Amino acid sequence: METFLQQCLNGLVLGSMYALVALGYTMVYGVLNLINFAHGDVLMIGAMVGLTILQLLDATIPGLPGYVQLALAILGAIPVTMLVNILIERVAYRRLRNAPRLAPLITAIGISILLQTFAMMIWGRSPIPFPQLLSPEPIVIGGAMISQTQVLLLVLAAVAMGALVLLVERTRMGRAMRAVAENPRVAGLMGVDANRVIVATFAIGAALAAVAGVMWGANYASITFTMGVLPGLKAFCAAVLGGIGNIYGAMVGGLLLGIIEALGAGYLGDLTGGFLGSHYQDIFAFVVLILVLTLRPSGIMGERVADRA
Amino acid sequence: MSEQVLLNISGVNKRFGGLQALTDVGIRILQGQIYGLIGPNGAGKTTFFNVITGLYQPDSGSFELAGKPYSPSAPHAVAKAGIARTFQNIRLFGEMSALENVMVGRHVRTRQGVLGAILRHRAAREEEAAIAARAQELLDFVGIGQFAHRTAKFLSYGDQRRLEIARALATEPQLLALDEPAAGMNATEKLALRELLVKIKAQGKTVLLIEHDVKLMMGLCDRITVLEYGKRIAEGLPAEIQKNQAVIDAYLGGAH
Amino acid sequence: MALLTFDTRHKPRQATISMAALLGVMLVFPFIASQFGNSWVRIIDMALLYIMLALGLNIVVGFAGLLDLGYIAFFAVGAYLVGLFSSPQFAALLESLIYYSPALGEALVAFFGPEIQQNGIHLSVWAIVPLAALVAGLCGALLGAPTLKLRGDYLAIVTLGFGEIIRIFMLNLNDPINFTNGSQGINMIDPIRVFGVSLAGEAGTNSTVYIGSYAMPSVNAYYFLFLFLVIATIFVTGRLQHSRLGRAWVAIREDEIAAKAMGINTRNVKLLAFAMGASFGGVAGAMFGAFQGFVSPESFSLTESIAVLAMVVLGGIGHIPGVVLGGVLLAALPEVLRHVVDPAQQALFGRIVIEAEVLRQLLYGLALVLIMLVRPAGLWPSPNKEERPNAALAREDEEASTA
Repeated sequence: METFLQQCLNGLVLGSMYALVALGYTMVYGVLNLINFAHGDVLMIGAMVGLTILQLLDATIPGLPGYVQLALAILGAIPVTMLVNILIERVAYRRLRNAPRLAPLITAIGISILLQTFAMMIWGRSPIPFPQLLSPEPIVIGGAMISQTQVLLLVLAAVAMGALVLLVERTRMGRAMRAVAENPRVAGLMGVDANRVIVATFAIGAALAAVAGVMWGANYASITFTMGVLPGLKAFCAAVLGGIGNIYGAMVGGLLLGIIEALGAGYLGDLTGGFLGSHYQDIFAFVVLILVLTLRPSGIMGERVADRA
Repeated sequence: MSEQVLLNISGVNKRFGGLQALTDVGIRILQGQIYGLIGPNGAGKTTFFNVITGLYQPDSGSFELAGKPYSPSAPHAVAKAGIARTFQNIRLFGEMSALENVMVGRHVRTRQGVLGAILRHRAAREEEAAIAARAQELLDFVGIGQFAHRTAKFLSYGDQRRLEIARALATEPQLLALDEPAAGMNATEKLALRELLVKIKAQGKTVLLIEHDVKLMMGLCDRITVLEYGKRIAEGLPAEIQKNQAVIDAYLGGAH
Repeated sequence: MALLTFDTRHKPRQATISMAALLGVMLVFPFIASQFGNSWVRIIDMALLYIMLALGLNIVVGFAGLLDLGYIAFFAVGAYLVGLFSSPQFAALLESLIYYSPALGEALVAFFGPEIQQNGIHLSVWAIVPLAALVAGLCGALLGAPTLKLRGDYLAIVTLGFGEIIRIFMLNLNDPINFTNGSQGINMIDPIRVFGVSLAGEAGTNSTVYIGSYAMPSVNAYYFLFLFLVIATIFVTGRLQHSRLGRAWVAIREDEIAAKAMGINTRNVKLLAFAMGASFGGVAGAMFGAFQGFVSPESFSLTESIAVLAMVVLGGIGHIPGVVLGGVLLAALPEVLRHVVDPAQQALFGRIVIEAEVLRQLLYGLALVLIMLVRPAGLWPSPNKEERPNAALAREDEEASTA
């Protein structure tokens, strides 16, 4: 039972990060029908920038409390990731709005590579340790352990998602985003500037990814220029699981995928008599994707169907 | 003209979520006829087309072609069975030449596969030559033979429609199903289309036609079925249809 | 490029001369390059393998329009196949099998014989190549099957997922039964032996191959083998392109619904595309394993799949000469640059500012982005416009014709 609870907690932590990134994918897909393949690398940029800020802080104002440092790191990473994402949209995706679907995807792949290359040039190729700023003493809940960093992660993710929901449901910009996601042309006729909405969408997605990136680094204590690729893909799978284009779906999908992965990693060895072990953890997201697309393409909460050409 | 029934369809129902698109629709076409399907917009004509050609799965219905039941489960099976169609919004293979478009139409009646492609043995070469020759023949037949090597998307609208018909004919269909072939055409083009359809009929082909141009239909069709809101409201000779009150109401918006 | 044409249908004489000239250059190249050491020929050897991969992927992406992001999986299948059946690895497999399930293990050992328990299986190249093509082709069909109803971008991600799944399996299938030897990979793979001559050269001759009394470095011998394979690939894919099947692929790419309506069984035709593309990948993989002498999972990552895609996209999706060009540029150029740029940087800056690895990545990323933005048909698109995929190019055509 302890293992189960522990894995659930692990899954929740992992899933929160997936959810934050999945939101970026699902929002961009909602307004542009585009899979922003480079979104995972935005998470990486967030982590890298956050780390740089922490290093700066350490050099200039040592002795700040851990929470403050992390907050500053996140607040500093957000504008950078926003800028990166907005630039990408402006320079690459905007020109390909009317191109056949594969062109933006191929371009996105190229951008993903470029982001990794620039990160490689700036921060080097080897993994960089991420400072552990919060007390490593775990909090024990019913036999399962969770660290302060992880608690902070859950809190931040919840706050971010809550803020997003407020934004989408209660504000003018949120309404505009929903309108453009439904029907850009009609939204335009109603006076909504689709371009501004799209830029806002990319910006918000980037901000969420920045939070996820910094906390990913804090959680795993090490970051590297390739860290965003796999989580990005898995977050996309989570978005599809929850229902692509649906914000609540992305949250549900992210959390669910995290739990599936954690439980799977924990129990796969036992389930298969030692034949498959926890190293196969990374496969789950893709298996889930394939199952969802084959059996229920609209995902858990979505109405959009993924396969009709 | 033979009295044999070529296409016998009955009891087709199709529901899309909350919308009953087709209710107990059927059609009976004799060999060699030009059969018309008309109705106001949204009546379900294209839906019915899509059902009988396998693009949509019906909720119910019986389907018979030349006396044999056929299953409209997949479009390619329907083509193989002998129904070829064109589309309301032209669906050509834009980047291919006109000739190649029609050559694709020959696919279903030819056989060479991977081995034939790689080895190009005598049988494969002969088949390729036959495909190209037949394609050119069909292009000539519909009147655009001189555009054989032009990229399809660069043809004029009227020529693109003809190309689609040529491509459909290439599948050697027993029934040629045309979805609004005259849409967007001017009077001259419609006349030319009419001539083409008469030529096709003269060759013994059977044609099922959706159209909005009433004059064109009246002059061309042997029999007509009228749909409204997914139901069959009239069936018969053009002259009868023209005088049918239900039909007039449907088009002019009688008391509903 | 105007003089050089490979358009055999519309300019047969010019095309034949171009091809003959190119062939001449290719045949002479290794003899000249050898004067400067083995590295140049070795670079081209690897480039030839990549060209084979790109041509295989071109069937899937270029002809049929299916964006496969997991293509390297088939390369891996071929490589691990040669790893398992042309090296001592099978012995290790049997050993682990005996440990895991003694009954089954003993039975298999009895079946295969003590020789194999000692040394593993060592199939010859004549068996390995068809086997690799077949197995990879089957995998292609298997992996393609779930994607048949998926739309372009979803198909891409699912194929990517499959590629990753295969890589993870290759990385972990060493316990309890040792198929792939995990992250260490399989080494001591047999070199290719053709008519009794080992292409890795005889022991103690510093990798020199002797054909009769004629000697050449091993990399040169492999060069000619790979060149032959690439030419064969070009031949086969070219024939496939201009055939009933090729037309069916393009029809599906252009408008799948219309293709179905014209009687094309799109499911089977798509599976054929996957299978044919994959089989070339498998053969290339087998050659790779034998050439390198070892295989490990790191050679088969997502980065590699994307690299091959970049070659196809950069060169000219769907246009065989373009794809070859893309392969040459992206496979050989980074290595060539490294030989040039590194010393240049040393001379100019006294140190290496941009490493070769970074340069390679930069090239790939820029290739993909710039091509899609500026020249989506690729550097060398088909002169017959009907061979070019799709509407992005339609725009540039329209602009060109109204200019």
